[in-house]
Amino acid sequence: MKVKAKVKNNITTVRVLAKHPMETGRRVNKETGEKIPAKYIQELTCEYDDKVVFVAQFGTSVSQNPYLAFSFEGGKKGDALQLRWNDNTGDVEKTEAKIK
Amino acid sequence: MAISRRKFLNMLTIGSAACLTLLTPISAFAAWASDAFNATKPEDAYKNLFGSSDLAQSDEVKLKVPKIAENGGAVPVSVKTSMKNVESISIFVKDNPQPLTATFQIPAGTIPDISTRIRLAQTSTVTAVIKAGGKLYSKSQEVKVTIGGCGG
Repeated sequence: MKVKAKVKNNITTVRVLAKHPMETGRRVNKETGEKIPAKYIQELTCEYDDKVVFVAQFGTSVSQNPYLAFSFEGGKKGDALQLRWNDNTGDVEKTEAKIK
Repeated sequence: MAISRRKFLNMLTIGSAACLTLLTPISAFAAWASDAFNATKPEDAYKNLFGSSDLAQSDEVKLKVPKIAENGGAVPVSVKTSMKNVESISIFVKDNPQPLTATFQIPAGTIPDISTRIRLAQTSTVTAVIKAGGKLYSKSQEVKVTIGGCGG
C-alpha cells in the first residue's frame, strides 16, 4: 500500500494506492475454465493520533489496485498515520505513513 | 493442598473460557455491511445499508464522474458536499451485479470529499448518496461505457 499524506492550511490530504487484485469471483480463467475465487478488500481504515479519521468499505466493483483520496482537519508535519486493510479471505496489510 | 480431579477440571474450563473471551475481540473484524453489498437491486442495497430507500435528490451532492468511460474497469469518481454533519458517503452503480460499490464513514473532523476508482459492468447510472443529519441525499449521473475502444 502506497500512501501520500500532506498537510496544508491545517488540512491533511491522504492519497492511498492499495496493491490488490480485487477479484470479483465472477471472472473465469480462460485456460482452465474455472472460476477465479473472489478476493477483494472489504475494509480500509486510517487512524491518526489514536482516532479513526476514515473508514472505507468496499464491494467487488471497486477497481483493481484501489485508489482512494480523502482529507481531514488537523494533522502535524512529521506525525504518522496508521492505515490497514483487510480482505474477504482474511488477509491484512498495515502500513504507517508520515505526514509531509 | 491436594486438588481433586473435579476441581482441576473446573479450573481448566474457567481458564479456557477466559482465554476465549480475551481472544474474541482480536479476531472479530468491524462489521462489513455484507447484506448491503450482496444486494442485487439498488433499492435493496439502500434499505440494507441505510434502513430506508427514501432518497432526496440534491444538487448539494457534488458527483464528479465522466459521461463517457472507455474503460469500465477503472472509472474515476469524486463525491463532495458543503453540507454539515455528514455521516457517510456511498456510491452505487445501478446495473452492476451488486450495486453498492463503496461506502465511506466520515467521522467529525473528516472532510466530506472523497475520490476513488470504480468498475462499471456496462453503461449505467452512478448514484452518490450522502447521509447527513440522519437524512439521505442523492445525485445521479449516467456513465456510458464504450465497447471495443472505438468510441461508440
